[in-house]
Amino acid sequence: MTEISVPAMSLVVLVGVSGSGKSTFARKHFLPTQVISSDFCRGLVSDDENDQESTPDAFDVLHYIVGTRLRRGLLTVVDATNVQWEARKKLVELAKSHDVLVDAIVLDVPEEVAVARNALRPDRDFGSHVIVRQRKDLRRSLSKISRDGFRRVHVLRGEAIDDATITYEKAWTDRRELTGPFDLIGDVHGCRAELESLLIALGWELRRDDAGRPVGAAHPEGRTAVFVGDLVDRGPDSPGVLRLVMGMVAAGTALCVSGNHEQKLVRALDGRKVSVTHGLERSLEQLAAEPEEFREAARTFMDGLISHYQLDGGKLVVAHAGLKEAYHGRASRRVRSFALYGDTTGETDEYGLPVRYPWARDYRGRAMVVYGHTPIPEPEWVNNTLCVDTGCVFGGRLTALRYPSRELVSVPAERVWYEPARPLAPSTVRDPGVLDIGDVDGTRYVETRTGGKVKIREENSAAALEIMSRFAVDPRWLVYLPPTMAPPATSPLDGYLEHPAEAFEEFASFGVTEVVCEEKHMGSRAIAVLARTPEAAAARFGVVDGTCGTVHTRTGRPFFGDPALTEGLVARLREAVSDAGLWQSLGTEWIVLDCELLPWSAKAEGLIREQYASVGAAARAALPDAVALLEAAAARGLDVEGPLARTRRRASNAALFRDAYARYCGPVSGLDGIRLAPFQILAVEGRATAAEEPHSWHLETLARLSSDVITPTRHVFVSLDSEESRAEATAWWTALTGAGGEGMVVKPVHPGPGRVQPGVKVRGREYLRIIYGPDYTESIDVLRSRFLGKKRSLALREHALGLESLARLAEGEPLWRVHEPVFAVLALESEPVDPRL
Amino acid sequence: MVNRERSGSVLLAISTTTRPATDLGFLLHKHPDRVQEFAQSFGVARVFYPEATAERCTAALMLEVDGVRLARSRTSSSSPADFSLGQYVNDRPYAASSMLAVALADVFRTARAGICKARPELAAGPIDLAITIPALPCRGGAELARLLFEPLGWRVEATPIRLDEEFPAWGDSRYVRLALTGSVRLADALNHLYVLLPVLDDAKHYWIAPDEVDKLIRAGEGWLASHPERGRITRRYLGRRRALTGAAFARLAELGDDVEEDLEPPVEEEPIEPSARALPEPGEAGAEVDAEVDVETLAEADGEIAEGADSIGDTGDAGDAADAGDAGDAVKRPLNHLRGEAVIAALAETHARSVIDLGCGSGRLVGELLKNPAFTKVAGVDVSARALALAARRLKLDRMPEARRERLTLFQGALTYTDDRFAGYDAAVLMEVVEHVDPPRLPALERVVFGAARPGVVIVTTPNSEYNVRYEFLDGMRHPDHRFEWTRAEFAAWAERVCGEYGYRVAYRPVGDEDPEVGPPTQMGVFNRD
Repeated sequence: MTEISVPAMSLVVLVGVSGSGKSTFARKHFLPTQVISSDFCRGLVSDDENDQESTPDAFDVLHYIVGTRLRRGLLTVVDATNVQWEARKKLVELAKSHDVLVDAIVLDVPEEVAVARNALRPDRDFGSHVIVRQRKDLRRSLSKISRDGFRRVHVLRGEAIDDATITYEKAWTDRRELTGPFDLIGDVHGCRAELESLLIALGWELRRDDAGRPVGAAHPEGRTAVFVGDLVDRGPDSPGVLRLVMGMVAAGTALCVSGNHEQKLVRALDGRKVSVTHGLERSLEQLAAEPEEFREAARTFMDGLISHYQLDGGKLVVAHAGLKEAYHGRASRRVRSFALYGDTTGETDEYGLPVRYPWARDYRGRAMVVYGHTPIPEPEWVNNTLCVDTGCVFGGRLTALRYPSRELVSVPAERVWYEPARPLAPSTVRDPGVLDIGDVDGTRYVETRTGGKVKIREENSAAALEIMSRFAVDPRWLVYLPPTMAPPATSPLDGYLEHPAEAFEEFASFGVTEVVCEEKHMGSRAIAVLARTPEAAAARFGVVDGTCGTVHTRTGRPFFGDPALTEGLVARLREAVSDAGLWQSLGTEWIVLDCELLPWSAKAEGLIREQYASVGAAARAALPDAVALLEAAAARGLDVEGPLARTRRRASNAALFRDAYARYCGPVSGLDGIRLAPFQILAVEGRATAAEEPHSWHLETLARLSSDVITPTRHVFVSLDSEESRAEATAWWTALTGAGGEGMVVKPVHPGPGRVQPGVKVRGREYLRIIYGPDYTESIDVLRSRFLGKKRSLALREHALGLESLARLAEGEPLWRVHEPVFAVLALESEPVDPRL
Repeated sequence: MVNRERSGSVLLAISTTTRPATDLGFLLHKHPDRVQEFAQSFGVARVFYPEATAERCTAALMLEVDGVRLARSRTSSSSPADFSLGQYVNDRPYAASSMLAVALADVFRTARAGICKARPELAAGPIDLAITIPALPCRGGAELARLLFEPLGWRVEATPIRLDEEFPAWGDSRYVRLALTGSVRLADALNHLYVLLPVLDDAKHYWIAPDEVDKLIRAGEGWLASHPERGRITRRYLGRRRALTGAAFARLAELGDDVEEDLEPPVEEEPIEPSARALPEPGEAGAEVDAEVDVETLAEADGEIAEGADSIGDTGDAGDAADAGDAGDAVKRPLNHLRGEAVIAALAETHARSVIDLGCGSGRLVGELLKNPAFTKVAGVDVSARALALAARRLKLDRMPEARRERLTLFQGALTYTDDRFAGYDAAVLMEVVEHVDPPRLPALERVVFGAARPGVVIVTTPNSEYNVRYEFLDGMRHPDHRFEWTRAEFAAWAERVCGEYGYRVAYRPVGDEDPEVGPPTQMGVFNRD
C-alpha cells in the first residue's frame, strides 16, 4: 500500500496521459467539489467535454476556479493530463501566487492500458497517436519534473495506483488546537535579566541549572509563552535568553517564531557572508564563549523556527513582523519574508532604515495579530493587531500581552543596552480613524451574536453610504444607531388603531411575565456618546481633537449645525453624569446613552413647517370656506347634507391635527429649551449594558441624573399575570395620551432571547393624526388592515445589529468592526416599509 | 359608508354678476339647482351653486380627495414605491393643485372649449367674473400670482396665509387665498386656471403624461404665447417632476427628521427652456410644433436634466447664477464653464493621461475630459446615486461608442472612505467638493485622496468667500449644502498643511475675473506630489 501525503491545504496536480485513470483516482480520493477537471471546464465553455478547440477557454475557466478556491483556502485537485511542462508551470505559479504548496501525483500507466481504456469510451474518438504523443511528453517530463517547483512529486505505477491512500499533513504553522491562555512576549534581544523579571511578574516559575542559569519555566496555571522572535543580538546575554527559551520550547511551555535576527545569526554561524551589524557582533562574541554543543543546539533551534503560528482556532496569529490576513496559514517565501521582515515600501527613511508598509492599517482579518520587530514606546491596538516590542534593549521595556484577557504586563529595561539607530518614536502605524469602502459597500452579511447573519442589500448600502458620508459625525463617535420599533397588532377597539392590550398579549404569548411601559417622548431620537475627559476620548474612541463626545440623530447626523452647541450639550451631560457619580459606580470613563431630544421642533422644525404645519394651514384655509358655501347651498334647498356633515367633521379634525403637532413644538434658542430624556445606558467600559441589564436597572441608574437638561422618563412596571396590573397600565397610557402624549413603549424588563420584540410602541389616538393624516379617524376600518410582518422583522434585525455594534465596542474591537453593524442599521432603515408603522 | 377614506375639500368658486347671472349654468353646462358629482381617479368632484340669482350666481367646484387611493396610485404608478410619510400626510386634500386643475378640465370640458349652444354670444365674449380659491399653493409668493394673472386681465388679490398663528416666527405658508376679478371670457378663465394652478403649485409629486405639451399648447391658445411670463409658465408646467431621489434616500431623510429637499445632493438640474422652440413666439402664426423638438423637450422635462448648452453647469451655486446673470456683459461666461476650462487647462499642463473626477456630480467635467483623446482613462465618482444616474444620462452612457466607453469608469464612492478604485490615476480633481464636507471630516478626505490614492496631481477648486460681497443678492453661502467657504488665506493654510502632511507642493490659480480687492470668485490649488 502506497501512502501519499499531501499538505492539508494545497494544490494537487494530477499528471498522466489520457486514459491513465486520473478521474477515477480523483473520484476515489477527493470530494467531487475539490476536483476540477479540464474535461468539465471544456463542457462548461462548449457543451462538449471533448471539444479540443475550446481548450484555451476551458483552461482560463479552470485557472479561475482553481485560483478562487486557493484564495479561499480550499484543497484543490486539478484533473488534466498536465504532461507538458508549460501546463504544469502555470498551475505551480497559480499556487505560488496564493502562497499554497503544490504537490504532483503522476499516474504512470503503460501505453497499451491507456489506449485500451480510451477505446472503451465512445466519446473519445481521437486516435492512439494522441496517447503516444502524450506518453512521450510524460517520459520527457518525468526526468525533470522535480524542478518544476512542486513540493513533492508522487509517482504511482501499476498496482500502486489502485492501492494508494492519501493522508494530509497539517501545516507547521497550524497550531490552532492550542487554546492558551498565552503570554505573548515582545523582542527580547538578549535581555535575559529583564526576561526573567517579566516571566516572574507574569507568575512563571523558573527552572535553573546547577550554575543558577535559567533553563526552563512553567506556569502554575498552565499558560503558554509565545515569543515573537528576535531573542538574540544587541543585548548582554543572547545565549542566556536562548538557553531559557529553548528549554521552555522543549518542555512545551513556550512557542517561538523566528525573527530576522535569528535568521541572520544562523547564516553567520553557518559561515555565510553577512554584514556583522545591528548587534550581531555581540551575539557572535557571546556564543563564541559557549561550548560547541550549545552553539550547535542553538543553531538548530533557531534554524528550525517557523515564520508564524496560527493559534486558538485561528483567532490568534503570531509573527515577528506581523502578517496580513491573506498570508495566515500560508507557506511561501514571500509569506516567510513578510513575517520576518515586514512589508517595506522600498523607500528608506532619514536614518537609512527601510520605510515599513503600514499593513496593520488596512488589516481587516478576524484573527488578532501579535508581533514585534518595530520598537515603539507604547503598544497600540490597530485593527486588532498589536506590536509588543517596546524596545527593551534600547532602554525601553519588555512587554507581554496576556491572551485572551488583552492585559499588558511589562518590566523596565535595567539600562540602555544598545543605542538605537533612530530615536524610539510613537508608531506611525496608527488607526487613522478612516474606514475603507470595502468595510461597507455592496451586498453584505453581518454576523451578529444575537440575531445570526443579517443580510444587507447593495441598494440599501448605497443609500446609507450617501447619508453616512455626507452628514454623519466622525465614525469614531458613531458607535450605535437605534433600531426601528414596531407597533403591536392592530386593536379591534372602536376608534383605536393601537392599544396596550395587544402589546401585553403579545409579550404574554412569548412567555414574558414582566414588562415596563415607558413614556414615549415626542422628540427626536438622540444618541449621546460621552467621555469623562479628553484623554478618555482619545484612549477609547481615538478622537484626539479634544472633544469629549457627541449627540447625534437616528441617521448619525449632528443635532446642531454649530459644533459649539454640540459641545455645550455634551458638557452639560457629562456634568450630569459626574454629579450623579456614574463614572465611579459604573467603573467607566465613557458612556453611551439612548435618549430622546426634546422638543421635536428643535431638530424637526423644517420638517414640521414644510410638511405638518403646511397641511394644517391649507386645511384651515380651505375648510371654513367649503363649509360656508355648502351651508349657503343647503339654504337654497340643495341636497348637500352628506358633504356638509363630512366637511364640518374635517374642519374639526384639522384643528385636532394642528394641535397634535403644535404640542411638540417649543421655543428653542441655542441650547435653551433643549432637554434630553435618556432611557437606556447602551454601553460602558467593557460592557454592552443594553444587552446585559434589565430595564429596571437602566431606569433606576438614569434616575440618578439630575440636571436642567435632563427630563426623566416616566414609566410603570406591569405583571402580565395580573389583570389588575394590566388595567392600571392601560389607564396610565390613556391618561398619558389623553394629555397629548405620544404614547408608550412596552418592553420586556429582562432582555429577551430570540424572536421576542425588544419593545413595541403603543401610540396615542391623537398623536396618530400626525402619522395617518387629520381625517384618519373617519376611516379607521380601512386602515386596520395594515401589515406588520416586515416592520417587526426589521425591528428584530436592526436590534441585533445595534447590540452587535455595542458588543464590539465594549470588547475593544477595531473601528471598522464597530462601524459595520452601525452602517448596516442605517442601510436597513432605507428598506421600504409602511412608514406609518 | 366608512370603508372609503375620503378626506379634505379642495375648493374653487366662480361667480358672475353679468345679468342674468344664472346664465352661468348654461355656460358651465351645469344646472344651478342641482348638485352634480363626477368621479375622478383620486376622489369625487362635485359642482353646486351656493347662490344663484339673476344678480349674482356662484358655482363651486369641490373636490373630495380619496387619500387611500391617492397613496396607492402613487405606489402603483410607474414610479418606484415611495415609502415616505409625505404620501400620507400632505396638503393635496386641501390645496388647489394640479388635481383641481385636472378635475376642472374634466368637469367643465365643454365650457373650456368655449362651446355653448344655448348662449353662444355669451360664451364668445367677456363677462364679469370673480374667482376664489381659499388655499392655493403658490411657490414664489403672492407676487408670482399677480405676475401670472394680471397680464391676462385679472385684478388679483393674493393674501398670504400664515403657517401657524401660534408660531408667528414661522412666517407665511406657501399658500395664498386667491381672489381674481375681471371681465374675461369664461373659457379663457378656465384655461388660465387649468394651466396656472399647477404652475403656481410647482409640486414635486406629479406625473407628466406624454401628451402634456399638446395639452399646454391647446389650453394656452390665444394667451400663453403673448404672456410676458410664458418662459416661466412653460418651464414650470412641463418641469414638474417626479421625486428625483430614490425611495431609499427619502426614507433616510425622513428618519432623521429632515426635509428631503434639504438633503438632496448639490447636483445641477436646471431645466432647459423648452419654450423657445416648443411654443410659438408672439406673433408667429399657428402652433406648429416640431415633433422632434417635442420628444427632446419631454425627455428632458421628464428626465430632470437637460443636455442643452445652457444647462451645462455643475452645482448650480448661487454664485454661479449671480455671475451668469450679470446683465450688460454679453460676453461674460458662466463661472462653472470657466472653472471647467481652468481645470482642464491645468490638467493639460501636467500631461496627465488618466484623470479621476472625485465628486463628479452630473458628469459635466467627465464629459469634457472624454472629448479630449489625450485623456486615455477618465473616471467619475460621486456618492450620490442620483448624481450618477444624471451623469449616465448626460453622457448617454448606454449609447456611447465602445472606444469612448472603454476610457470611462463611473462609480459610487465616498471621499471619507479609502477606496482602491481611486488609485492609479495621474491626476485627481476635486472641483467644488471640499466645501461640501463637514470640517471635522476633512482630515478623512485628505487621507483618502492625498494619503491613500496618492495621485501625482490633485486639483482642488473651492469658492473664494472674500468674493461673496460682489454678489448682490447673496445672503450667506453660495449653496445651502456648503459647510464652509474659505478666504484665500484659509484655503492656503489648509493646502500648506496637507502638503506638509502628505508630501505635495501646491500652486494657486485664480478662476474667473480677478477682483483687485477680493480676488477671483473661485480659487484653485494645483497639488504636485513631491
